[in-house]
Amino acid sequence: MMYNFAIDPLLTGKVLWTPLLIVLLKVVVVFAVGLVATMLMVWFERKVIAGMQNRIGPNKAGPFGILQTLADGIKLFFKEDLIPERSDRFVFKLAPYLAFVPAFLTFAIIPLGGDFRGDNDGLVTWFGQQTRVQLADPPIGILFALAISSIAIYGIMLAGWSSGSKYPLLGSVRASAQMVSYEAALGLSVAAVVLVSGTLSTSGIVARQSSLGNWNVIVTGIVPFFIFMIAATAELNRPPFDLVEAEQELVGGFNTEYASLRFALFYLAEFMNTVTMSALIVTLFFGGPQPISVGSLTVDIPIIGNAFEGTIWLLLKVLVFLYIYVWFRATLPRFRYDQLMDLGWKVLIPASLGWFILLAAQRVGQDAGWDRYVVTIATVLILLVCYSLLALAQRTSENERKRDGVMF
Amino acid sequence: MTLLGDRQQLSYIASQAADARVNLELETEGMTLNIGPQHPATHGTLRIIARLDGEQVVWVDPSCGYMHRGYEKLTEVRTYPQVTALVNRIDWLGSFANEVPFILAAEKLMGIEAPLRAQHIRTILFELSRIANVSLFLGDLGVQLGAITPVFMAFRDREYVLNLIEGATGGRFHPNFDRIGGLKDDLPAGWLDETRTVMKKLRRFCDEIEDLLFGNEIFQSRTRGIGVIPRDIALQYGMSGANLRASGVDWDLRRDQSLPMAWDKVDWKVWTHPDGDSFARCWVRLQEVRESTRIVEQLVDTIPAGPVMTKVPRIIKVPEGEAWVCTENPLGEMGYYVVSQGDLGPFRVKIRSASFNNMSITPWLLKGVYVPDIVTILASLYFILGDIDR
Repeated sequence: MMYNFAIDPLLTGKVLWTPLLIVLLKVVVVFAVGLVATMLMVWFERKVIAGMQNRIGPNKAGPFGILQTLADGIKLFFKEDLIPERSDRFVFKLAPYLAFVPAFLTFAIIPLGGDFRGDNDGLVTWFGQQTRVQLADPPIGILFALAISSIAIYGIMLAGWSSGSKYPLLGSVRASAQMVSYEAALGLSVAAVVLVSGTLSTSGIVARQSSLGNWNVIVTGIVPFFIFMIAATAELNRPPFDLVEAEQELVGGFNTEYASLRFALFYLAEFMNTVTMSALIVTLFFGGPQPISVGSLTVDIPIIGNAFEGTIWLLLKVLVFLYIYVWFRATLPRFRYDQLMDLGWKVLIPASLGWFILLAAQRVGQDAGWDRYVVTIATVLILLVCYSLLALAQRTSENERKRDGVMF
Repeated sequence: MTLLGDRQQLSYIASQAADARVNLELETEGMTLNIGPQHPATHGTLRIIARLDGEQVVWVDPSCGYMHRGYEKLTEVRTYPQVTALVNRIDWLGSFANEVPFILAAEKLMGIEAPLRAQHIRTILFELSRIANVSLFLGDLGVQLGAITPVFMAFRDREYVLNLIEGATGGRFHPNFDRIGGLKDDLPAGWLDETRTVMKKLRRFCDEIEDLLFGNEIFQSRTRGIGVIPRDIALQYGMSGANLRASGVDWDLRRDQSLPMAWDKVDWKVWTHPDGDSFARCWVRLQEVRESTRIVEQLVDTIPAGPVMTKVPRIIKVPEGEAWVCTENPLGEMGYYVVSQGDLGPFRVKIRSASFNNMSITPWLLKGVYVPDIVTILASLYFILGDIDR
């Protein structure tokens, strides 16, 4: 079987009208789905949290209050547009788009469905053309997601900086430090996935996870998944890592001075990011749109055709993670800034790096035909030595800081 | 030479100066952050001026008075029975507890004492208002730390207690039920049974909060070792109530002084904690709610029969004299120093409310903490703005 992912069969050959139109259609559909998903996510979160807190939640606009977000959006759209006098006007106006656009860009590389029965490999046939249910499938797939999520930091950072106000400034200082340091843990846990998949392309990563035993969450050992989950929560600025917009300390955080549509854009970006990140987790660790199958047995969704089944699976899997994020919000108190940094640099990054080395050593050992147990024990020993060195260094620097009388 | 606008010239000079300074030495200056009077974390209108170095507080200056309503002065133009309607509003979450010390002070001056049944009911209502007050604190604690669920549980279960208070007195927040010489009315039928079931619910609420919040790793890391008040510092600053007990001082006015109330007739325990940090303050309060439910249950079981009002003249004139009565209110020691000149109303009333003294430690306590800890520490000190400003 040849892995030629990252090459959408739609885009091979000459430039023709039908593929072009299909691509355009995909763009429109992905954008619309993104917006609607965000809208439903806001409603979902409010409704689920309400359920957890003995409340009813939105129930007036539309059936079960499902149009509440739309109503809120319209309200925000017609509100007065305020720009603080001391703000940097250009950057202030630019920042919401810097947050909003990357949120949608990441969505482009996520496989949104496909037919994984037989030899289809996730390809579907639309208008006589074979294609993937995915807007773009660049060979660098997952790197693109990481790069774009780094750009999204600028939106938040510049928003806080350009507001010309103190609370947003504190919020954005926190945001930049938090997101930059968690990016490292995020990248290292993605590296573990890339290592076992042998490809950066998201469709390639999905195709490798054809049955339950092949899911990356199991193949990579469960650790990278947990690290990715935690780092993603921090990256999204969601509780318990929502220091950036900590209401009790910083009023609204980086978006305190924003109103009207610009605020709506930030809000939209935040929830869009949540949806995208959940989809990314599913793609990387839980087989994306692949149906759940054990051995040769595949769980079949009745009535719905095979070509759409992938989308349903993806939706169901994403819903699980969205629910987990909402659950986090309803349950957990917030970290303090320095505790967050400690967790990121002293726990998550060493852990993900160590696990990555362990996986890599296993791979090398397999290729060279070494004994598996010897390799594992040797790696673990080396890692233990490294960890104790790190702990020693930490203690030394802590003592030095204590001696110098600096708290940080 | 081109003419520069004033603004441009100023900005040019400023930029030159800034460059020169950077060249001289990379020197940074702190930032003054004004928290409040309108701020999501201040329970009202407390203003805190904080000088920050990064995320660290260099000094703070709490500034109160934005809600001053002049109750001490207002009492001078009210008759004694009218004063309870005012003092109800000092600590608005535990209103009934505010009335009791004033009424006791007036009774002390007049040399009368409420009948035994009235004393029991007073104590029950006093403890109910403590439960209503502190259970909201336990929920609010989560909100201050970013966990929003506990507060809804607190509102849900506080509602049962408020319903009880309403059933007995007719007022949910401001009962205005205490009278000189007794109480306005007797308890309604079935109220005692209802109280027993509600106390069980409240104990379950305490267990829930303990599971959800106190057992949480993040909560513990945010509160343990944060805002530590040593025993002697707490005493020096005149702290009282749970804040003092959390610093390891075994001091509770309900036990330590004899008032015509029913606390000495039941079996309960004063909880203390040796740590003095935010966690200790929260923990002590949690235990106090549990103890209060026990007190109420025992009082409900042993409530004597009889009148709820002793014989007092229709027009109350308090004889000349001075009296000081303080009680252990939900927030700490609350006392009234009443000076009477034999008129219909008091000549002068000094109100000692707990929050004002508890708050006075903040400049000492908040020095060197991080910005998020300001919120945690203030929440754990538990003040109510009405109680600070009066």
